[in-house]
Amino acid sequence: MVYPSVTASRVSRRGLLGGAAAISTALLTGCGPGDDPAAISAGQPRRGGRLRAAFAGGGVNETLDPHQANLFNEASRAKAMFDKLADYGPDVSIQPRLAERWEPSSDLTRWRITLRPATFHDGKPVRATDVLYSYTRITDPKRAFRAKASLELLDLPNSHAVDDRTLELALKRPFAEFPNALAAFGAYIVPEGADSFERPVGSGPFTFHSWQPGRSLLLKRYDGYWEGAAHLDELEYLISNEESARVNALLAGQVDYAHDITPTTARTHADSGRMAVTRMPNSTMQSFAMKVDRPPFDNRDLREAMFLLTDRQQLVDTVLAGSGQVGNDLFGKGYQYYADDIAQRTRDLDRARFLIDKAGAKGLRITLDTAAVASGFVEAASVFAEQAKQAGLVIETAMGNKDTYWKDILNSGVLASYRSGAMPIETHIAQRLLTNSTTNATRWARPEFDARYAKAISSADEATRRQAYGDMQRTLHAEGGFLIWGFADFLVATAPGVGGVSANAPANTLDWARFDKVWLG
Amino acid sequence: MSLPRYAAGRLLLGLGQVAGITTIVFVLTEALPGDAAVVIAGDHPDPARIAAIRAQLNLDRPAWQRYLDWLTDLIRGDLGVSLISQRPIVDRLADSAGTTLLLAAVTLLVLIPLAIALGMLAARREGGRLDRAVSAVSVALYAVPEFALAILLIAVFGVRLGWLPPTAFGVDLLTRPSVLVLPMLVLLARPICTISRLTRAGMLDALHGEYVRHARRLGIAGSRLWLRHALPGALAPVVQQLARTTDWLLGGVIVVEAVFVIPGLGTALVDAVSTRDIPTVQALCVLVAVTTVAVNLAADLVAFRLAPRIEAVR
Repeated sequence: MVYPSVTASRVSRRGLLGGAAAISTALLTGCGPGDDPAAISAGQPRRGGRLRAAFAGGGVNETLDPHQANLFNEASRAKAMFDKLADYGPDVSIQPRLAERWEPSSDLTRWRITLRPATFHDGKPVRATDVLYSYTRITDPKRAFRAKASLELLDLPNSHAVDDRTLELALKRPFAEFPNALAAFGAYIVPEGADSFERPVGSGPFTFHSWQPGRSLLLKRYDGYWEGAAHLDELEYLISNEESARVNALLAGQVDYAHDITPTTARTHADSGRMAVTRMPNSTMQSFAMKVDRPPFDNRDLREAMFLLTDRQQLVDTVLAGSGQVGNDLFGKGYQYYADDIAQRTRDLDRARFLIDKAGAKGLRITLDTAAVASGFVEAASVFAEQAKQAGLVIETAMGNKDTYWKDILNSGVLASYRSGAMPIETHIAQRLLTNSTTNATRWARPEFDARYAKAISSADEATRRQAYGDMQRTLHAEGGFLIWGFADFLVATAPGVGGVSANAPANTLDWARFDKVWLG
Repeated sequence: MSLPRYAAGRLLLGLGQVAGITTIVFVLTEALPGDAAVVIAGDHPDPARIAAIRAQLNLDRPAWQRYLDWLTDLIRGDLGVSLISQRPIVDRLADSAGTTLLLAAVTLLVLIPLAIALGMLAARREGGRLDRAVSAVSVALYAVPEFALAILLIAVFGVRLGWLPPTAFGVDLLTRPSVLVLPMLVLLARPICTISRLTRAGMLDALHGEYVRHARRLGIAGSRLWLRHALPGALAPVVQQLARTTDWLLGGVIVVEAVFVIPGLGTALVDAVSTRDIPTVQALCVLVAVTTVAVNLAADLVAFRLAPRIEAVR
């Protein structure tokens, strides 16, 4: 399966697909500076037409339930038919959507939310009770929707609708970053009582028309959309897990938009005039996760040696085919609260060798878990093994099962390939770096780090929060378990004449795979 | 042995085969690493979430219980619901099966006359230029993997020349038959080689056989000798090979479906296995097993009918 989600992206497919190819290509995305998105010459926005968009998908058993969205195409469809109260902006800061504004109580435990005037596709207004119903459905203890963890801190019995357009949400504990939860992956607002999504009714820019699971979904413009009606008359989603099929269909004029293509494809066709390529930088974090709670990486010197022996530029050039940027062992490059004042780490083999000797690790054999779960993983592992060899470490790569990879590396092994899609830095910390985080792949567990996080999220003062996030990032940069070597661009190809595809949109953010702003020239 | 007795025996055997296959498939899918809950959880393997998904999908019950439930449902004609979408599997499979069936039928319709005609032509000029040319081309063609052939055809006729649609993206196969041409060529490539070669060999055998020589002595010649006397004997092995080809086609020919974006049974199977959607995998296996048994049974009956005299003669 391909999980685009908060925690990252993939075609590839429910991984269904094989789907792995999808996410994965996210890794390989990029095409060099030649094909700048600005080169798209689609002219002025124009109304009308049907855009056919090709995505990797989930096969015959896919679902239109927005709360079950997992794959890239499901995320994009959910966005076309539904709204969230808030969503991620280009820097992954929180932008109001269905919520016009929000005000916390002084102790940050009650949030008063005002909805903007908006209507569902059946003409009924979006009311506070629809929001309460949606969040109750997502957090139903008997079900397992993806956004459940993000909304877990809601105290729904004590929340209520003040009037049709105002609601007050109670939290179980103070949380300054609560808007992050409103924008969480899959936290869509559905009409009160909706539990079947064979013919979905939402408040998004497109209405449901017809659907053949695993093949195509046809949507029509919703003229009553609160943000203004889309340019397109119709939007059709088509499914293929093969990147080559998506590209061939685009070249032959069978589709107008091919989601998730490789840098190789982009380079091959960049100058042909038959397709335009849009790259979305800072989309996918590329890293290796070291488990800090067990040998050998419980040794801080050895972790630092790993940071220093890495030739980041070489990894970006070979694994990402140059279409990405080097990382600085910190998540969220370009995002809100990213500590860009920390100097970029560069390769220092001598110091790495010294630290390896100091740790008594010279000639140590270390197993690196990897799998073909995202394209580029296996390549990155072998390039990295070669780099480590020059510093005196023997890294042996072990190929895992791509369908179960993420669960397998969560608790076992010492070193693993890792990647993540866009999400706020706060969410990344909460999900992966606290003692009680449920997906803590580096086993980072520090009471003082947890305390700093607790301080940040219980402060209403933004400067205090920024300071705390900065401190946490300095700690992680110095001795954390994530060796974040790069950030991959995400690539989509469009037919000449398609306009309005935003380049300033890391995968998973609002403007990525968003079709109400797109037009056919 | 009489035809009805032969058929009844084969039918019973077939039922046993279907039961055996589904059991084996169930055991094998159980043995795959990870279950649907783990796969659904994907890159967000929160243990509590995995446990919740597992409970919701009834995966927390022992395997043998789930297998028995599934078997009871099957006997009642209920294939169950998908673990992933929670919708009845039958509806979804009907769509996929229709597509694959159409592709298989069209391919067979072209394949049978073409391959047999080629084989007969080659046999007619045994050792001649045409015979050698047909042999050379079919051996060469047979050596090209479907995947390579498909990509080649797409690159040349679909993308570069733009003569034919390179994929079936968003196209209704019935309203735009041109979409079927390239996949059909790929599907034809290998069976046309085997079947024409078999026809050729069978014809040569038959022509040198005692009963054809006898017919010839009786003064039967020309096309009557070829079509009425030699061909039926030659066709028995061909029919059995055709049954195998049909199975292969119905299996969806996963590669062809993937490359040309044809959402048939092969695609459905790959999706179901990769998501550990066991009820769907099971349903597909039952479908494919039943078809395979039925097609082979039909082929055996036809061969039984075509070739009894060979036994008598020899």
